[in-house]
Amino acid sequence: MTIDSHTHVESPLAHQFDDLEQQRAAADLGMWLFLATELMFFAGLFLTYFLYRLNDEAAFAAASHHLDVVWGTVNTAVLLTSSLTVAISVHAAQSRDQRKLTQLLAATIGLGTLFVAIKGWEYHGKYQHGLMPLMGLPFRWDVDSTRPGAELFYDLYYVMTGVHLLHMVIGLGLMLVLLVKAMRGGLLGDFATPVRMIGLYWHFVDVIWVFLFPLLYLIGAHP
Amino acid sequence: MTAALDRPTSVSPESVSLPKRHYLNSGYTVRSWLFTTDHKRIALLYLVSITAFFVLGGIAATLVRLDLMTPQADLVRSETYNKLFTAHGVIMIFFFLVPSIPAVMGNFLVPLMLGARDLAFPRLNLLSWYVYMVGGVFTLYALLAGGVDTGWTFYAPYSSTYSNTYVMATAVGIFITGFSSILTGLNFIVTIHKMRAPGQVWFRLPLFIWSIYATSIIMVLGTPVLAITLVLVGLERLLGLGIFDPRLGGDPILFQHLFWFYSHPAVYIMILPSMGVVSEIIPCFCRKRPFGYEFIGFSSFAIAAFSFLVWGHHLFVSGQSIYAGLVFSMLSYLVAIPSAVKVFNWTATLHKGSISFDTPMLYALGFVGLFTMGGLTGLFVAALAVDVHVHDTYFIVAHFHYIMVGGAVMGYLGAIHFWWPKMTGRLYPEGWARLSAILIFVGFNLTFFPQYILGYLGMPRRYHIYPPEFQVLNVMSSAGASILGVGYLFPLTYLIWSLFYGKVASANPWRAAGLEWQTPSPPPTENFARTPVVRHEAYDYPAIDNQQVEEGLR
Ligand code: HEM
Ligand SMILES: [Cu+2]
Repeated sequence: MTIDSHTHVESPLAHQFDDLEQQRAAADLGMWLFLATELMFFAGLFLTYFLYRLNDEAAFAAASHHLDVVWGTVNTAVLLTSSLTVAISVHAAQSRDQRKLTQLLAATIGLGTLFVAIKGWEYHGKYQHGLMPLMGLPFRWDVDSTRPGAELFYDLYYVMTGVHLLHMVIGLGLMLVLLVKAMRGGLLGDFATPVRMIGLYWHFVDVIWVFLFPLLYLIGAHP
Repeated sequence: MTAALDRPTSVSPESVSLPKRHYLNSGYTVRSWLFTTDHKRIALLYLVSITAFFVLGGIAATLVRLDLMTPQADLVRSETYNKLFTAHGVIMIFFFLVPSIPAVMGNFLVPLMLGARDLAFPRLNLLSWYVYMVGGVFTLYALLAGGVDTGWTFYAPYSSTYSNTYVMATAVGIFITGFSSILTGLNFIVTIHKMRAPGQVWFRLPLFIWSIYATSIIMVLGTPVLAITLVLVGLERLLGLGIFDPRLGGDPILFQHLFWFYSHPAVYIMILPSMGVVSEIIPCFCRKRPFGYEFIGFSSFAIAAFSFLVWGHHLFVSGQSIYAGLVFSMLSYLVAIPSAVKVFNWTATLHKGSISFDTPMLYALGFVGLFTMGGLTGLFVAALAVDVHVHDTYFIVAHFHYIMVGGAVMGYLGAIHFWWPKMTGRLYPEGWARLSAILIFVGFNLTFFPQYILGYLGMPRRYHIYPPEFQVLNVMSSAGASILGVGYLFPLTYLIWSLFYGKVASANPWRAAGLEWQTPSPPPTENFARTPVVRHEAYDYPAIDNQQVEEGLR
């Protein structure tokens, strides 16, 4: 390839690196470290949840019983499918298949949006049943003995799923950026690193959900 | 150039002039600074902003100390006093101590010391400065709008439910700034792993790099826990959750556990980099290899690891179980081991060295003395029974100032003086610099030593009315503080002066080892004309000096 002085040829190699191998390794390590920080972030929430659950097992079980296991399961399936489309899209980017890449990114965005919509629908249902003790809304709970524990459960439910949802929305934004770039013909071959990085992030968010789902929806829900 | 890369050499001072092209004159526009991705320029952006925050925090400290001159409340009202010490603590911890050496010296030095052209993620690096500034703006807004009175520790449920001050803005500010710390740490770890020049193997790395690496681990793993804690406090204020509110079934002690899980390790974010600095300065100014290089290096990691296990020593009197208290007390002693290893190794390095007392060395020696003092009193407070007596008294205030101001700030000033010629290409007036180092040391001890006694006698912290018998010691402390304040103003003045009138520095004015000294001062934008190849151990001072003797004979 000759580089003439009029057209600027974009190089995949940034100036601070010696070769693509080094650049790729740096990006990988950086992303894994970032995910480690995210893990510690969620670890604070998980710890809080565990402690309070140990403290008031019965109330947490009773409160968990009111979550919608069916919608939760559907959402888990939706999310795991999206992980699959992401994994294949990374492959498509590396093997320079632009058509497949754009399709898969679009599919991921669709699935992610579906997840957010279902979650919103669930929140709406909880709101209607008076199970949203936020911002001074009433908390309608008939089993008096478990009331404070149940309220705490719902506090934690909204915080944990809410923080997770926020991560999903950020992920969707990133996917959208990827999609636009892919449609313009970028992200192929040596330029695939962003797809791989954001893909890793997406998998991470899915994995968090895989822990949240049983903790919140399943454990002790049907004694 | 290639030959010179093998061993550091010094150029005779008469022949020095600034290099024609260097990172400082590679663009003069505001744009060229605000959009730079050069790690050296970003370091200077941090230097300026961190200095500004230090001045702000210092003003708050001055007001606190002024108010404590008399036993009555005659300068400010109680609410204002609470806001003052909170502002002082928040600014000093989150906007000065945590970023100071990593963000300024680390950014400047890490690539140079590794022989790299830049950090692994230059744009992320610039972003982290912006993130820091945005966090700072939130916090300044909180201060201007009326201040916060929770103390820098934000204990719930006071911070989450009862305080009527600007907790949200401050918490958001600190939350945001946390990301800057995470990004910096992440960038350093990746850079140290992946960007070392050929031959720059782990056991040839400067000890500063080892300490920055250990610090980065704490930043990456600890900061998110603080972040989620602040998120929970924020949500509790905004949405009325009850996670820390006992009325709603929550537990305020959980807040303290989460908070100190970050904030104890954070103390080592503040002190480890200074230890790295001292490990550079001492060998250079006594012309010896550091005694026990590996021990100094690994002790950084030991400190980082242990630091995550001892947070409970902040909860001795908070109602955690007595068994937890015992375990945390014992674990806390463990941290003393690697810290003592470092002190012994520095002392052993000094032993029979040909010591010269240049300014950086004065700061390094000051560091060793004050850190030892703070560390030894740390053993007092790690002992459960003693801590019950001195908890939340001025003994604690004195203890952490010895570590954080006597330790971290001395290390920071030492670093600034040691690498100033490299950063700016200019030398500062040595006489003035030594004078202010001594002034700072004296002022420091006069300020904080009386506080040990005050605390031992029972004066509580965070109160501004005290029994009259404590006044003498308080006046001594305030007098010391004014000396200390003047001592801090000196470097600010002569360092700025030196930028314009200082003598031009050679590439290696201290005849120091280390790759950063083998490129011109100030370095060119790409750091090295050619990627250096490292063939020698770090700190081979005997060889450097012998080589010069040979050159002299020739
Ligand atoms: C002129 C030097 C300084 C003086 C006179 C001074 C004075 C004080 C005083 C009197 C307090 C105690 C307030 C109380 O608990 O009642 C305090 C707290 C504190 N200082 Fe300093 N200080 C100085 C420098 C520094 C520096 C340089 C740092 C950090 C770099 C620092 C960090 C802190 C922190 C973190 C607190 C705790 C604040 C809180 O309790 O929320 N101080 N300082
Ligand atoms: Cu501690």
